[in-house]
Amino acid sequence: MSVRAAVPDVPGTPGPGVPAEGGEVRVTGTTWAMAARVFAENRLAIAGVVFVVMVFLFCFVGPLLYRTNQINTDIASITQPPSPAHPLGTDNVGYDLLGRLMVGGQTSLEIGLTAAILATTFGVLWGAIAGFVGGWLDQLMMRIVDSMLAIPTLFLLLVLAAMFVPSLPMLIFIVALVAWLTPARLIRGETLSLRTREYVDAVRVMGGTDARIVVRHIIPNTIGTIMVNATFQVADAIIVIASLSFLGLGVPPPATNWGGMLSDGVGYTFAGYWWLVYPAGLLIVLTVVAFNLIGDAMRDAFEVRLQKR
Amino acid sequence: MAGFLVRRLGQSVIVVFGVTIITFLLTRLLPGGVARAILGPRASPLEIAAFNHENGFDLQGWQQYLFYVQQLLHGNLGFSYRLNESVGALLGDHLPKTVLLLGVATLIALGVAIPLGVLQAVRRNRVEDYFFTSVSFALYSMPAFWIALILIQIFASPPLNLLAPIGPQGPISTYLEPDQLTALILPVASLALVTIALFSRYMRSSMLDNLVMDYVRTARAKGVSNAGVLYRHVLRNALIPIVTLLGLSLPGIFGGALITEAIFNYPGMGFLFWDSARTRDYPVLLGITIVVAVATVVGNLLADLFYAVVDPRVRIAE
Repeated sequence: MSVRAAVPDVPGTPGPGVPAEGGEVRVTGTTWAMAARVFAENRLAIAGVVFVVMVFLFCFVGPLLYRTNQINTDIASITQPPSPAHPLGTDNVGYDLLGRLMVGGQTSLEIGLTAAILATTFGVLWGAIAGFVGGWLDQLMMRIVDSMLAIPTLFLLLVLAAMFVPSLPMLIFIVALVAWLTPARLIRGETLSLRTREYVDAVRVMGGTDARIVVRHIIPNTIGTIMVNATFQVADAIIVIASLSFLGLGVPPPATNWGGMLSDGVGYTFAGYWWLVYPAGLLIVLTVVAFNLIGDAMRDAFEVRLQKR
Repeated sequence: MAGFLVRRLGQSVIVVFGVTIITFLLTRLLPGGVARAILGPRASPLEIAAFNHENGFDLQGWQQYLFYVQQLLHGNLGFSYRLNESVGALLGDHLPKTVLLLGVATLIALGVAIPLGVLQAVRRNRVEDYFFTSVSFALYSMPAFWIALILIQIFASPPLNLLAPIGPQGPISTYLEPDQLTALILPVASLALVTIALFSRYMRSSMLDNLVMDYVRTARAKGVSNAGVLYRHVLRNALIPIVTLLGLSLPGIFGGALITEAIFNYPGMGFLFWDSARTRDYPVLLGITIVVAVATVVGNLLADLFYAVVDPRVRIAE
């Protein structure tokens, strides 16, 4: 039996064998510390974190060390196999593929992260307000969510992408517009049970406003759900952007993203140009797997139960 | 049960109503106005006025919406000026093909995913479990179009050259001919693979949830054999959440069908939708959106009702 066995499963309650520092019971600190400990024990999740950090360094610091021209095409050197001058070869219009992976990765990650942050912020506020206020407002707000959820994501995305010219900010907006629904539902469910807690009454007795209760007390108590869902959303957004690029409604050139590179590359699969397909494809799969592993481990750490996955 | 049924039906009607509001608002957002967006920049003012009158756009505010809903209720989903055909007629041609693709792929996916999930749960944390868990994790994290293209590369190109890289074409009545059937294999397989990845993960955790239940201990204490516990008790209970999952994952499966149809040129509803998105054929886009949304709502409703029938606790909890 290791020392870890002494840690109880319920977050927020300090273990009997673990005296809190200074004789003081610090509930929040313990929750975070325990979540961090459970997370750190998950070796797959640590591998996921390491991989994500490496991908970020590759995409954002890489171009500073490995300079390539990603604006002008070079027709004289298209689809060259890997060589010392181009470690991963060149693509169908002569861009250096290694440099292209960095630039494309920036777009994929920027869209994934920004859309996830936007969608989570909006969805959390929406769900918390609906759940806290209740009554007809809750009914109205949640039926709006249900109606939007009834339209399959990819269909709604394609309609929006056909209506508005897809620039980078527009794509982020479109992806977020579809993605906020899940956190809204999850947080509303949690708020329904949180709003009857005693600390909510305590804040009210002390004269705290409804806005203060929602923003300072209810939302912070759903942080586990929020973070787990946000992590999955980054993974989903990277896949969604890849699918949109394949369907011809992604970011316009010369900008690119991994999904766009992959779908451009698969057109050349039969010519044997493997370097146009596998580096971009593997980066997508590994990054998405990494984010999913991190999300799974955080769910275990915070003991969050989600409808999805 | 009657109360539950009425409440659940009422909710579904409200959601469908909400969907029509969304599609209606989307038409309002079209750049340059609806008539311009649909008829094109060369339409004369006369044509635009005629179009506006025909579609009720010359009415006042909310009356436009009423007109729109009235048209929908009469089965008028719009008219495609690009294909010179009503959206209803287009769907009559394309929808059955998608239903066929979805139906066959989902049945195959269930047939593979359920035994696979049982195997993973029974052999949990052994080599087989780790292997299949990693495979489904990887499939789940791959863009669907890449899976389809890898299948094409393996089975529909040299040296194997076994199957056709294009889905069956022509009227659906010919799909049972040998040539057409072989053409159907790859689209069905690539759609099924993604679904298997999702379903087997659920089946595994649903089995694991049930294996620790008290009734399992009771059954074992009574002397029921291992296989008896597994198949007569655990499996039957573990299958219940899969029905809900089937309802909930309908939108995802529709999305998968869209990508599969786009890759294999399979002339179903998803292909029509994609084609309309690229050519900005808005009446078709919005018409299909409504049909897909209604299908999703009905799917969820059926799953919920089934759940309430097999699991009485749901009705009481409501």
